[in-house]
Amino acid sequence: MNSYVLKVNGKSVTVNAEEDTPLLWVLRDELKLVGTKFGCGIAQCGACTVHLDGIASRSCVLPVSNCEDFEITTIEGLSNDGTHPVQEAWKTIDVPQCGYCQAGQMMTASSFLKQNPNPNAEEIREAMHGNICRCASYNRIEKAVALAAKKMS
Amino acid sequence: MENKKIAFNRRDFIRTSTLASGGLLIGFNLFNSCKEAATPPVDVSKLNFNDFNAFIKIADNGYVTIFSPNPEIGQGVKTSMPMIIAEELDVPWEHVTVAQGALDTKNFTRQVAGGSQSIRFGWDALRQTGATAKQMLINAAAIKWNVDPATCTASKGIIKNANGDTLGYGDVVNEAASLKVPENVILKEPKDYSIIGKDAINVDIDKIITGKPLYGLDYTADNMLIASVLRPPAFGQKLENYDATKAKNITGVSDVIKFGDKIAVLASNTWAAMKGKKALEAKWTSDTELESTAFHEEKLNEILDKKTLDIRREDGNVDQAFAEADTVIERTYDSPFLPHNCMEPMNFYANVTEEKVHLVGPIQTPAGTANRIANLINRKKEEIHLEMTRMGGGFGRRLYGDFALEAAEISDKAKKPIKLVFSREDDMSAGIYRPAIKYRIKAAIKEGKITAYHLKEAAINSNMYGLIPNFFPAGAISNYKVETGNYKSAITTGAWRAPYTNFLAFAEQSFLDEIAEYLEIDPAQLRLDLLKNVKDGEDERIQYSAKRMTDTINLVIEKSNWKNTKSGVYQGFAAYYSHNTHVAEVVDITLKNGKPAIEKVTVAVDCGIVVNPTGAKNQIEGGVIDGIGHAMYGDFSFKNGEPNDVNFHSYRLIRMKETPIVETHFVENELSPTGLGEPGLPPASAALANAIKAATNRRLYKQPFNNQLNDLKA
Repeated sequence: MNSYVLKVNGKSVTVNAEEDTPLLWVLRDELKLVGTKFGCGIAQCGACTVHLDGIASRSCVLPVSNCEDFEITTIEGLSNDGTHPVQEAWKTIDVPQCGYCQAGQMMTASSFLKQNPNPNAEEIREAMHGNICRCASYNRIEKAVALAAKKMS
Repeated sequence: MENKKIAFNRRDFIRTSTLASGGLLIGFNLFNSCKEAATPPVDVSKLNFNDFNAFIKIADNGYVTIFSPNPEIGQGVKTSMPMIIAEELDVPWEHVTVAQGALDTKNFTRQVAGGSQSIRFGWDALRQTGATAKQMLINAAAIKWNVDPATCTASKGIIKNANGDTLGYGDVVNEAASLKVPENVILKEPKDYSIIGKDAINVDIDKIITGKPLYGLDYTADNMLIASVLRPPAFGQKLENYDATKAKNITGVSDVIKFGDKIAVLASNTWAAMKGKKALEAKWTSDTELESTAFHEEKLNEILDKKTLDIRREDGNVDQAFAEADTVIERTYDSPFLPHNCMEPMNFYANVTEEKVHLVGPIQTPAGTANRIANLINRKKEEIHLEMTRMGGGFGRRLYGDFALEAAEISDKAKKPIKLVFSREDDMSAGIYRPAIKYRIKAAIKEGKITAYHLKEAAINSNMYGLIPNFFPAGAISNYKVETGNYKSAITTGAWRAPYTNFLAFAEQSFLDEIAEYLEIDPAQLRLDLLKNVKDGEDERIQYSAKRMTDTINLVIEKSNWKNTKSGVYQGFAAYYSHNTHVAEVVDITLKNGKPAIEKVTVAVDCGIVVNPTGAKNQIEGGVIDGIGHAMYGDFSFKNGEPNDVNFHSYRLIRMKETPIVETHFVENELSPTGLGEPGLPPASAALANAIKAATNRRLYKQPFNNQLNDLKA
């Protein structure tokens, strides 16, 4: 076991973990931040998406030993109280069905909108293509990203 | 089923008590009448779901907590079922909170998510309970005022009398609790609804958008270990021997436990458990041939080629009609196995101790699973306490409690609290799949009409058509025959979203499209003409309503601009009744570089009264895209008993850029509501295939479609 100092949601935390442990499991098992979800373990579904220095990243394939230099943001840290424009849009549009993938969807959307605040429909669809929603709430995800962009502009 | 104003007289299913903390608790049984003796507890923490399967708590500030009994898998019942209670109780929806009921396991008839049945079965009981509670509150206020309760009314949590005096529900809850439960209550007319029929956002929305623990995988307990299980890689294999030395050397791994032909690795964290499982060295044997897809293909074809199978329905004289036909059209349709692939992989928490058995997790069948666990580990049913979590998808997979049984067995052997966690690879390779199926359908045509219809089904393990030989076009064609046969395989199969019809609808609705083409009739008109042959109620076995289906088809024709769209848009039509709901769909596609691009799906639905429109539309949007996604990409095959794909890098699910816009329209009526989790899915793949035919002149008889479209060029 090694000791790592991580910056998660604005706080510095020390964790003990094997160096190959994916950030996902450190967040979930050690820090009890379970909003970040496990879906595939091979960076294909996007359920585990977090921000590293604001960039959407797949935490299920990121060894904890590579994460010390980044500001890590999880869904729990996207806002203090669920009021990030993306979270509000998700609520207004009533996006979720089972809801399991939605944290990853929102982390992808919020990172994307920071880079592209005025996306067109094509760009939204392209940006969200990497996140699977098995309930297929895709129509509403698309609407919610567009609404969040509007709120942020 | 008419939605008449009903005066109920079944007081035995409702009991009340005063809460120690102040307020009124009403216990009721949603799906059956209650045992006489049961009384709700005075302490809410002691809610006993043995006696009742649902509770309403009215606090002394008038706020209402509804303990919703049914498992939530994303189908929205945790929101829509309490809406029905709140409507009749007549409280503002903002004053209502909803909690998931736990489960102890006696006396349940239906605490299940499956078959789109929750709302349909709960409709009367939920309304009656809300109305009974409201009447008791009115009665209590009337006593306080010393007036006749008949002169009082209640609305939005406020009771009024003829003098204009008012009392809040909270002002009279304690008095109401001591009153007799009224025997006859009058339910609202649908025109007076103020909650039902209005959009209510998912009650768990705030927790979902902020990442709060909700799902089984999020559950944790003191001293809990994570279990990762190595199962036989191929269906039909057994464990010969294994070596756990390397697994035990992994930091964090504490135990390795063999159970049956499986080996569990227990560790202090998930990553160590998964690594430990990978480090196990196991040898497997088999005494039977390990099955491959080519083998299934051969077996199913053999069944279809048999002269007769098990006859499920036979009307008229099919043989004679075929002998006299001008033309006979025969086609065969093919579908692969399909895994469910819930986004939340299977998991379950179990803590088996001398005193009790504590289970927590995502399960569609809590009662049945608890019973099976009691039998498996030889414990009394009363010792089992099972709590349901929200589920990261179900689609049928969580009807089967195999993962909960595994968790209980591991905890029982380890004498430790454990949470069993499947990897995606475990989830896809230890599945209970939608079985591979083939249909052969034959129609006799004489003088421009269909005179006979003969369907043969060959399925792996289960006959999907077994239960429903009375769906359309049964009843619409006088010479009609359905036969089924199956091959018993080592591969485990079961219900998958819209069981029975998810592929049957594709076969039949594609076939009818081809018949319409042959007869040079508009395909929607062909269905309408067939429905004219059916008189509702004449044949009791017939499941659908010809009138409701006709109205649904007419609505989709209108809303989709059927056969009247702009140039370059190609349309396909399908209509299907399943799970008590009538659905018609039109798919619009365009061609991009010669390949179909799915632009839009227009859907008409008759599900009776729409309880929660935003939730209802969400279900239809999801069901339609799910149906299209699996029809396009769902390809699941076996080699020597092992699935060829076990994760999303090679097993393809539909993603954002491939999804059409889904536009949903409801047939307006005041009939009792029916479910929506499933019926949107079955017609979608046929409507798509029929649109692809219109655009490319290519008929599709096999799913998935995608690999049959690769050669299309601009």
